Amino acid sequence: MIKTHRPKLELLSNELIQKIIEEAYIILENQGVFIENEEALSLLRDAGMKVDASSQRVKITPQLVEESLLSTPASLKMYDRNGETEYLLGEDEVHFDPGSSAVTILDSETQQERKAVTDDLIRFSHLTECLEHLHFQSTGILSTDVSEIVSDSYRLYIGLLFSKKPIVTGTFRVEGFEPMHRMLVAVRGSEKNLSDKPLAIFDACPSPPLKWSNLTAQSLIDSARAGIPSELISMGMTGATSPVTIAGTLVQHVAENLSGLVICQLAKKGVPVIFGGCPVSFDMRRGTTPIGAIETMMIDSAYAQIGKHFNLPTHSYMGMSDAKINDAQGGFETGIGTILAALSGVNVISGAGILDFIRCQSLEKLVVDNEICGMAYRLIEGIAQRDDPIALDLFKDFTADTQFLSMPHTRKWYKVEHTFPKLTDRDPYDTWISQGKKSIDARAKEKVTELLRNNEPPLPDKETRQALREIMLSDAKRNDMSSLPEISFP
Amino acid sequence: MSNEEFLNMVKKAIVEGNKDEAEQLAQQAIAERMDLNEVIEKGYIPGIREVGRLWEEGEYFLPELITSAECMKAAMEIMKPELEKTHITIRSAGKIVIGTVEGDIHDIGKNIVATILSANGFNVIDLGADVKLDKFIEKADEVNADLICLSALLTTTMTGQKKLIERLKEKGLYGRFKVMVGGAAVNQKWADDIGADGYSENALTAVGAAKKLTGK
Repeated sequence: MIKTHRPKLELLSNELIQKIIEEAYIILENQGVFIENEEALSLLRDAGMKVDASSQRVKITPQLVEESLLSTPASLKMYDRNGETEYLLGEDEVHFDPGSSAVTILDSETQQERKAVTDDLIRFSHLTECLEHLHFQSTGILSTDVSEIVSDSYRLYIGLLFSKKPIVTGTFRVEGFEPMHRMLVAVRGSEKNLSDKPLAIFDACPSPPLKWSNLTAQSLIDSARAGIPSELISMGMTGATSPVTIAGTLVQHVAENLSGLVICQLAKKGVPVIFGGCPVSFDMRRGTTPIGAIETMMIDSAYAQIGKHFNLPTHSYMGMSDAKINDAQGGFETGIGTILAALSGVNVISGAGILDFIRCQSLEKLVVDNEICGMAYRLIEGIAQRDDPIALDLFKDFTADTQFLSMPHTRKWYKVEHTFPKLTDRDPYDTWISQGKKSIDARAKEKVTELLRNNEPPLPDKETRQALREIMLSDAKRNDMSSLPEISFP
Repeated sequence: MSNEEFLNMVKKAIVEGNKDEAEQLAQQAIAERMDLNEVIEKGYIPGIREVGRLWEEGEYFLPELITSAECMKAAMEIMKPELEKTHITIRSAGKIVIGTVEGDIHDIGKNIVATILSANGFNVIDLGADVKLDKFIEKADEVNADLICLSALLTTTMTGQKKLIERLKEKGLYGRFKVMVGGAAVNQKWADDIGADGYSENALTAVGAAKKLTGK
């Protein structure tokens, strides 16, 4: 059998990759980066880097970058809450998760964005658990019925309760790491177990151009020391906070991500780091940051290619839309992004469910996007040679009456070669009419209700639930919140 | 060169975003003891108005808009000492204290708004990014501002806008300064909810909104 070719998108030539990396190295060495975090600065100072204490600017030598790249693993494994299912992050493995950090949820009744509350977070996590093509969950919405100070730990708390999938998360305050880490340890049983079997990825975004804030630098250090993989989310806006050309933005992206990677490796040599990002093609007319722009996706695909060139696990925010409701734009931008991301072999693809510049999460869209992810998985499986000869045997007894429906060959392969979407409309016109002329959004809404009703959430055992609640409660109390919203466990 | 030709050159320098030219013409106006008030009113300001018109028509995009606004600012800086010396006060559209709230280091949107406001005749005091809430109030009090403009890009920091208004109330200063909010995470409803006086979605609407709030 001929080996199946894995379809792959590579936007950059090797020559251009080399040039981009070379310039990123020069910038790190000559201009350096700003790091507003003393601990990170002292790590760099101890490593022999030139640190200007008053401006908090540090210049990073190519040697240190090279050493840091060498000590960063090419891949890592994530494990679900039970520590059973394992997911490889590396090579061209693809894992989808819902886009994170939405502030609103699209209300399926009013079709308007509104603030989310605990119950929305629960439905979101539980729904993510039910969708087979989303391998990871994310702490994807803010809950407004708890104090905003604890919104980072609270998102994780709800996620750990209602889904067992590995979780993409992050801190909003330096103090947020401690309770969040404790929750993860509570699930795994010990710090060592957590570091042996990572359950969470922590996102950390530098501030373009070339700056790490106190919060994000601390997140890199704390995560590294706890053996938690960090996802580096460089996010230049072309022509506004990064060079306007795509290649120029890539230079800055690489420089920012590499500086983050150096911090991680200095904090703990050998800790996994994911080369990610959320750059955008800045709209020069409206001053907005379209994530559905084709240029945005080109930057994403290209930096992922560079991440692979470094032999690092990769991430991107792709498969999202700037549409405000689940309309055609919502579908086409998401579809294009998801397919391009999968073809680029990005290991963690955060995007499902997202509308309106990463502001809004829609449960209906999450269900639709799950189906797009399914298509993407099928695509990257590629076209295989299943038999030898491929088809000659099927034509042996060829006559005018030959058909393939009843051939054993068909029965053997149809479910392997073809996928069967649950939501996409493939009905004949009259059937569609008789079933109420429903749009995909309307069908998705029914699907959300059905999935949540027919599937029990995979809650952790009572002891773990209690431990998580205590950690959450003490974090809330430290921040002037005497109680937590009531959660009814089925 | 006639006076009219000179004023046209000033206008052209602003419209084309030619900073060297805009600065050099300002220096020339000072050296030749021209009526600076006239140079500004009939040269620079019509220039920036034309830029606004070109933006409205969809011909100019943000890079043109910002470049012209920066030219305007640079020329005004050059003329400022001279204007002060001769006690000419340029009509200010109002005094604005602007910044991105605490915890938020994103200030590109705020920078655009500040530049455009300043090009439109506002006296803008830009406090930068990640600004402590009390700093806004102290500064507004110190310069007797008409308006405080708060930007927040992050959903986690937009609550800082709410807190600022609460703090103004605590200090009995609510109403003394108008408050306008903006930023990617913010919308009209949020502005209404927290009791802000104004909201604007982008830099251009910010000018109109600010003018309405300062009533000048």
